[in-house]
Amino acid sequence: MSRHVVARVDEITPGACKIVTVKGREIGIFRVNDEFFALVNRCPHQGAQLCKGALVSGVDSPGPGEYSLTRPGEMLRCPWHCWEFDIRTGQSWCDPDSVRARTYAVEVEPGATLAKGPYKAETLPVSVDQDYVVITV
Amino acid sequence: MLPLGVRPIDCDVHVSLPDTRTLLPYLDEYWREHLIRRGIDRDSLELTSYPSNAPLTCRPDWRPSQGHLGSQFEQLRDHVLEPFQTQFAICNVLHGSQIMFSEDLSAAMCRAINDWIAAEFLDRDTRLRASIVVPLHSPELAAAEVERRATDRRFVQVLMLAMTEMPLGKRQHWPIYAAAERHDLPIGIHAGSSFRHPPSSLGWPSYYIEDYVSQAPGFSGVLNSLVAEGVFNRFPRLKVVLIESGVTWLPAHFWRIDKTWRAVRYETPWVKRRPSEIIREHVRLTVQPFDAPPTAAQVQMIIDEIGSDEMLLFSTDYPHWHFEGADAIPNGLPDECLSKMLVSNALATYPRLS
Repeated sequence: MSRHVVARVDEITPGACKIVTVKGREIGIFRVNDEFFALVNRCPHQGAQLCKGALVSGVDSPGPGEYSLTRPGEMLRCPWHCWEFDIRTGQSWCDPDSVRARTYAVEVEPGATLAKGPYKAETLPVSVDQDYVVITV
Repeated sequence: MLPLGVRPIDCDVHVSLPDTRTLLPYLDEYWREHLIRRGIDRDSLELTSYPSNAPLTCRPDWRPSQGHLGSQFEQLRDHVLEPFQTQFAICNVLHGSQIMFSEDLSAAMCRAINDWIAAEFLDRDTRLRASIVVPLHSPELAAAEVERRATDRRFVQVLMLAMTEMPLGKRQHWPIYAAAERHDLPIGIHAGSSFRHPPSSLGWPSYYIEDYVSQAPGFSGVLNSLVAEGVFNRFPRLKVVLIESGVTWLPAHFWRIDKTWRAVRYETPWVKRRPSEIIREHVRLTVQPFDAPPTAAQVQMIIDEIGSDEMLLFSTDYPHWHFEGADAIPNGLPDECLSKMLVSNALATYPRLS
């Protein structure tokens, strides 16, 4: 496991996604409000680029004809077959135990800390007056 | 052949009115005169889905030399109850009364049919049970008839048709389901249409084969509607019996509806489990016709794919013509499945049989 600096905090706006390549893997970095999440850019169903799907909300219901939105913007809908994945856990809505996308730990670190290392920031210059998204892969 | 010594529960036998005049003594004085003035008593009001002369409508050796087929108790006794050693037989009447445009006339005639079958069949043999016939296009009056009939426990289910004005899951039908659930009555959905719409959404067909084969996709649509509209969420104790639906189309339907649910389940967020699981829990099917594949091994595969040995209910579908002699069981059914199908599945489905 190693930690990788993959984005400046201010380059991913809320609701947006930046796709990075770390250790040969494409990973989508999502921002929901001020929280960041990282998922592999590959749907466990048939291999679509999962992170290019839409961020939608959870939809729940106590009974027929009753609708409620839950967890705004925290479900990722695969662009191919519209399966929904929980952006926090990678679990699919329909088969949470057996179909899940790989997730990675994400932290926000100030540049001043990062400058001390030992982080891998192969492609991203680090400035001490910015905050950065760091994932563990 | 049925295993020796087993007294099966036959979940679909047809009883028909000898003619519409038969109902006159069972109508109140207003409706009796109404029928006579309009000459309705002289119409057969036979459902188009089962024309008398269609070969499938009556097995040749069961076709009566005189009188309307399936209308005589003695024939039902001699053709079904005695040879099959039937424990119970559930009688289903299919008649134009169920689908009339006039809701009040429909309700009056359905009431009369229920009174008639109680007097002319149920009172004559303790092995007989019946489905409650209701005005299908008038859910409030249908529910009222269910309430009225529910005190007689020889009526064990409510009879509907697969293809009527609205898909059966629609909320307009829910008063019927509420009454049925309240009184431990499954909803029996029989093949057939009130022909408000073509039996296939492609338009009107030309030939009988098109109509009859189109029943199976009609039933698929019924299942889609019941699940998607949330009928089983709202009525969690409700059981539905597909009657004369055919059986072997079901696994492919499971695969398709489950796959599609994964993509669009957010439209119906109350559907929180795979539709196939919901259907396995709530829906049962009578086994004539089964639409069996050619080999026993293929039948076994279909049973495996259905994934439950509790869904199938024995039926002869008397007098409809699906098999010869007493050969009412598809070859290849595993023993455990067969045993449940003949008796215990019916007892679990119809609380009023116990």
